[in-house]
Amino acid sequence: MLPEIGHFALILALLLAVAQAFFGIAGPALGRDRWLAAVGPAVTAQFVMLTAAMGTLIASFITNDFSVAYVAQNSNSALPVVYRIAALWGAHEGSLVLWSWILVCWTLAVALLSRQLPARFAARVLGVLGLVSVGFLLFTLATSNPFERLFPAALDGRDLNPLLQDPALAAHPPMLYAGYVGFSVAFAFACAAMLEGKLDQTWARWTRPWTTVAWAFLSVGIALGSWWAYYELGWGGYWFWDPVENASFMPWLLGTALIHSLAVTEKRGLFKSWTLLLAILAFSLSLLGTFLVRSGVLVSVHSFAADPTRGIFILAFLVIMIGGALTLYAWRAPLLKSNAGFEFTSRESFLLFNNILLVVACATVFAGTMAPLISDALGLGTLSVGTQYFNPTFLLPTLPLIALAAVGIHASWKKGRISERRGALLTALGFSVLFAVAVVAGAYEGTKVLTPVGLALGAWLIISALIDPIDRLRRRITITPAIFGMALAHAALGLFVISLTMVESYTAERDVAMAVGDSAKVGAFEYRFLGLQPLEGPNYEGVRGEIAVFQGDRQVGLLHPEKRQYWVQGSVMTEAGIDMKLSRDIFAALGEDLGSGRWSVRAQVRPMINYVWIAAFLMALGGVIAACDRRYRVTAAARETALETGAGLPGRAG
Amino acid sequence: MNRSLVPIAAFALLVVVLAIGILRAPQKTVIQSVLLGKPAPEFVLPELGRDSSFDSRSMRGRWFLFNVWGTWCAECRAEHEMLLEISRSGRLPLVGLNWKDEDGLATQWLQDLGNPYDHVALDREGRVAIDWGVYGAPETFLVDADGKIVYKHVGPMTPEVWQRQFLARLPPPVARPLSAPSAEPSSSPPQAPVVAPSPAPVS
Repeated sequence: MLPEIGHFALILALLLAVAQAFFGIAGPALGRDRWLAAVGPAVTAQFVMLTAAMGTLIASFITNDFSVAYVAQNSNSALPVVYRIAALWGAHEGSLVLWSWILVCWTLAVALLSRQLPARFAARVLGVLGLVSVGFLLFTLATSNPFERLFPAALDGRDLNPLLQDPALAAHPPMLYAGYVGFSVAFAFACAAMLEGKLDQTWARWTRPWTTVAWAFLSVGIALGSWWAYYELGWGGYWFWDPVENASFMPWLLGTALIHSLAVTEKRGLFKSWTLLLAILAFSLSLLGTFLVRSGVLVSVHSFAADPTRGIFILAFLVIMIGGALTLYAWRAPLLKSNAGFEFTSRESFLLFNNILLVVACATVFAGTMAPLISDALGLGTLSVGTQYFNPTFLLPTLPLIALAAVGIHASWKKGRISERRGALLTALGFSVLFAVAVVAGAYEGTKVLTPVGLALGAWLIISALIDPIDRLRRRITITPAIFGMALAHAALGLFVISLTMVESYTAERDVAMAVGDSAKVGAFEYRFLGLQPLEGPNYEGVRGEIAVFQGDRQVGLLHPEKRQYWVQGSVMTEAGIDMKLSRDIFAALGEDLGSGRWSVRAQVRPMINYVWIAAFLMALGGVIAACDRRYRVTAAARETALETGAGLPGRAG
Repeated sequence: MNRSLVPIAAFALLVVVLAIGILRAPQKTVIQSVLLGKPAPEFVLPELGRDSSFDSRSMRGRWFLFNVWGTWCAECRAEHEMLLEISRSGRLPLVGLNWKDEDGLATQWLQDLGNPYDHVALDREGRVAIDWGVYGAPETFLVDADGKIVYKHVGPMTPEVWQRQFLARLPPPVARPLSAPSAEPSSSPPQAPVVAPSPAPVS
């Protein structure tokens, strides 16, 4: 009964989304202001329906209702309850429901927080979001219904893919989708502005916090995915340039560019059509990412349920949404004129270069991801693009970007002076170079050409980002959330560059065959294999090794790598044993049983690797703090005052 | 041309590429292996049901099928009947790569469903599968007498795939009929073709 209610709720949600899209877009277009009143309630009702659909599906998972095909395929009665809930997004159908639910959450937030927007504009924004929702709900219902029954019901489920039974991965998809889907808000604002044929600085002010928060979610989602890959996939890598990773990284790069170009549009009224285009493209790449993952056009380790029918459906959806938005753009963008000028070393120039470099970086990733597909479509044979392409080409635009950021954050608007900070910047650069030289000189081995460059640039960016807040602190000027958030995010980027450089340069790594009692040297560390015990978990069994790691005579870590055999799918999983410290990770993974008590052991010591993720989280935190700045809320406060005094204001419902 | 038309034009091009990609997806569920035409990666792994290990070099001089499977893989069960049929046809030996699996389960599986393989190598950790560029089970490779990978199929083996993609690439059958391979190693291995054959065009 419950799954049928969920299915019905999903259908109602689709109808409500159609109403929301129709009244939201047609109302303002035809000048029927009374239609606008229907948009807000449609959003709320759609939220209720999708929450009900999510709820019933979760209920089916928790109660182990294996008469539901999706539950039978992705869960098991021995699965812990937390993962039964996370199993909801363990495969294609449930992921789509989650996608739609997150979209309606964003939509509801826009509806609730944007009451100060002009009624027609707000209706258009919600209408465009409704259109996106229609596409995804239609897709879910037509090709990927998660409520389909299985007859006869399965006795037990086939279990969640053991790789996905992990806390970080349970949180990874919701975060990633929150980011992906969040860009739909910027997209909807852009479409609404084009429909109105008007775009001013207030538009940028409305759009900015939404974009920044979505970007923060996406950052956290990508970082969680990378962290998961590092400790769960069992071979110690953290980024593979896999098509699916790229699919999430490209919107992030364009989203970063969008945040910066929105700043220019808000402060100076420039880059208008460029900002519109970025807003469209950032969300388009999110949709394209979904397409690439779901259609089976590009196959990667992530793509489950690749299906050409689904591919054609998503492609049609892409053509309507992106094609529609870009057509609108081609028609409206020429009307947007910016007359203001700026000098060469003004902040506008720096942000322009920031945008160019980020877009180039995104383009290199795009080219690498699409090249196999394009080559195949043109009949040029098959092509495989890997790290050898991505690493160097990606560094080309991003290294100058870091230097540009270090200088650019001190540039002033409009005028081409780096102001009074030139001395401080040069001193900072001097210290950064000293720091890089010191690290390189102190290292045993592993220094590469780019090692000192990365270290110096990262350090320079950190110091540079902190100059302004420290200066304000000293002069007792308030540090607004916007300034604090920006400084934090940029300093975090610097930290990210340093830690990445350290990891890529100074990781010690060996694969060794060890029996209990053996020891092996890895860099400056010594691994001693102490023992091996049988292991029993809730839905798996296996062995658990004990490895002590010594530095000189001092024991610095005790690792417990595991080898698990999950009962239902029979798959063998490697749980790496990691001793995590801020300064370094000591890593061991049990490989293969080589017979006669010997095991292959993958041993790695990675300096500073945890800062890679810490930096990503700090970047996201900086974004969230900046989005909380008061100036985004001033209008809301003004509205409340207005409401208290009983003044009529155009609300959400017109 | 109007500059603001550039994005939509670029997008139209992209759509064409994606559409071609989709239309071709059913024939080719995966980007073809970079290993095609290259020597197959060599390996030595423990062999199922034997004390000795299996050395891939022992297959030199013979065409063989290299099939990646695991008892955890539902699609592998679906293709198993087809593998048995290929094995019965005696056209070429089958080497199974039991991927990330447990020996006991694999033995049980072959006992229950029948064993199409001449050799089953145990890739418990999945390292060899990485060398071969395996994305997921099942995958089947056609390896020629020189040890080169001639073709790779991703997904379950079907009669159609076998006919169109594999048989068409195989050299003409050896005149002397071969005894059907059993679980025991065949005492008379299929003869190596003297000249390296060129794959027949796909019909």
